[in-house]
Amino acid sequence: MEKINIIQSKAVLVPVDNIDTDQIIPARFLKTVSRAGFGEKLFYDWRFDSDGNPQESVLTGQSGEILVAGNNFGCGSSREHAAWALHDAGFRAVVSSSFADIFRNNALNNCLLPVRVSEDFLAGICEALKKSPDTELAIDLPAQKLTVPGVGETSFEINAYKKECLMKGYSDIDYLLADKDAILKYEETHCL
Amino acid sequence: MGRTLFDKIWDNHTVRHIPDGPDVLYIDRHLIHEVTSPQAFSALREKGLKVFRPERTFATCDHNVPTLGQDRPIEDPSSAAAVAELARNTADNGIRYFPLGDPGNGIVHVIGPEQGIVLCGQTVVCGDSHTATHGAFGNIAFGIGTSEVEMVFASQCLMQNKPKQTRITVDGKLAAGVTPKDVILYIISRLGTDGCTGTFVEYAGDVFRDMSMEGRMTVCNMSIEMGARGGIVAPDAKTFEYIKGRRFAPKDRDFEKAVERWSCLKTDADAVFDREYRFDASDIRPMVTYGTNPGMGIPVDGTIPETATGCDDITFAKALSYMGFEKGERMLGKKVDYVFVGSCTNGRIEDFRAFAKAVDGRRKSDEVTVWLVPGSKEVESKIEAEGIGDELRALGFEIRQPGCSACLAMNPDRIPEGKYAVSTSNRNFEGRQGYGSRTILAGPLVAAEAAVTGEIGMPKI
Repeated sequence: MEKINIIQSKAVLVPVDNIDTDQIIPARFLKTVSRAGFGEKLFYDWRFDSDGNPQESVLTGQSGEILVAGNNFGCGSSREHAAWALHDAGFRAVVSSSFADIFRNNALNNCLLPVRVSEDFLAGICEALKKSPDTELAIDLPAQKLTVPGVGETSFEINAYKKECLMKGYSDIDYLLADKDAILKYEETHCL
Repeated sequence: MGRTLFDKIWDNHTVRHIPDGPDVLYIDRHLIHEVTSPQAFSALREKGLKVFRPERTFATCDHNVPTLGQDRPIEDPSSAAAVAELARNTADNGIRYFPLGDPGNGIVHVIGPEQGIVLCGQTVVCGDSHTATHGAFGNIAFGIGTSEVEMVFASQCLMQNKPKQTRITVDGKLAAGVTPKDVILYIISRLGTDGCTGTFVEYAGDVFRDMSMEGRMTVCNMSIEMGARGGIVAPDAKTFEYIKGRRFAPKDRDFEKAVERWSCLKTDADAVFDREYRFDASDIRPMVTYGTNPGMGIPVDGTIPETATGCDDITFAKALSYMGFEKGERMLGKKVDYVFVGSCTNGRIEDFRAFAKAVDGRRKSDEVTVWLVPGSKEVESKIEAEGIGDELRALGFEIRQPGCSACLAMNPDRIPEGKYAVSTSNRNFEGRQGYGSRTILAGPLVAAEAAVTGEIGMPKI
């Protein structure tokens, strides 16, 4: 798996709360059986009208590897396609004041770093990006720090296990397969 | 210190605890469907692995299936391919599959309990956020992503951080016409769409004790809509009675022994929750939503708030503009174009009984398109066996075939752009029921009123 260390990039600002996974990737695009190509469908119904013609949206004219979004990002459906779409579209991190639990796990399993900051700090980033859209954010995973010029520096939480996985490119499945003996032993006494 | 019901089940399924990391959690039941499993199967194949414990996984197709003409091949080629892929993957790995038309087929969260696959005190997962439904039986049940589906395939385990715990107690007695759906919509409206993020919820108190198993499923199902990983209700005699005799449930002496074990599944009196909320049943009225997340709910005869609740002003304004509503407006009397009764939230037999009772011999409004979609083949059979089908057809209604249907519109059941739908499903997100669709979430009684009058109205019960 890909690794994450330092992410330094311009940001795409979507200052909307409660962005659900149906917005990130509408359900009608989930019929394919592969993981590829979801980036084109990212925020599709914001970017295109009902006839498929491009339309102005909050995303227009923005680019970067970091998405900055309002509170409770990724709520709703468990579809991992949301994390695949963001990653496929070039995003490596999402900054918000909170993440829905399933989305956060899906992101961590796909080399997409969820960075949780305080509501005040998020408001500061939003202001800074509105004033200077080209502001580069710097995320330092080893130091667990996010730096935003003109706003300051803040730390973010991630458990030691997941941090190591992301930095070294390990996935949970490697761990579980290596722990098969413990699982077999557990099964000996587990009923049902 | 005492332990919660959740603690007991979690501890009983912990294979290993990683310091400052997740627990390795053993999974008893894995439910799969055609949308979130194919990439997990292919990743497994690429690694040269087979499903480790196929007897613990059960499969159904539900999201992509049409609700008319299920005896014919699925017309949409992508949907047909997704369903065919599931048939192939389950056959290759020795997993029991309930294909379209099979008496066991239906929405994954309806058939799990119905077939006796899901019992008590278990860990239950599915690549679907409404897996929370199965907490109604006293299980730790939660939705997972496709990478996690692959982990369960490969090892029957998941690596999960133990969530915090919330208890929601509702005491008192519900008024006539207030359904389990109204109870959960009320709770979400009070706590917000992220009110329980990072936590697992136990529902306690008179209201849940008095509620039917199907009602408890409706409540647990929507736990995710306030951010909770899942919801749980302590099992009781009602739970055991529901499970007894079901196809895959333990039988005879095995069942009795299981009930003995399940009877201990309770939160200790001195257990401490991270958060506690208490509500009074008499404050709960029939509910509807007015916005674009399930937390934006009010009593049917209430008014849309004047100011943003549970989100910032931009998000609130965006939601009202999408819905075509104004702040401070009443919902009563608003025109409705579609009514959808079904989904893993309200697609069970009690929902159709309630709907038929509330229709009370009145004809379907000519102004409204009504989709009545049973949650499973078994629900469909009961609708017919009980005469509900004939009764409703005589009043101009049509009973369709089982599936997720218009809840997320992956099949042909889409609400057109700009149209209003009263839906008994679980999400009113922008475009959830089709591009530009406007969803008003409600219970089966409010849906019945809308279906016969063409408007939002108080249920006549």
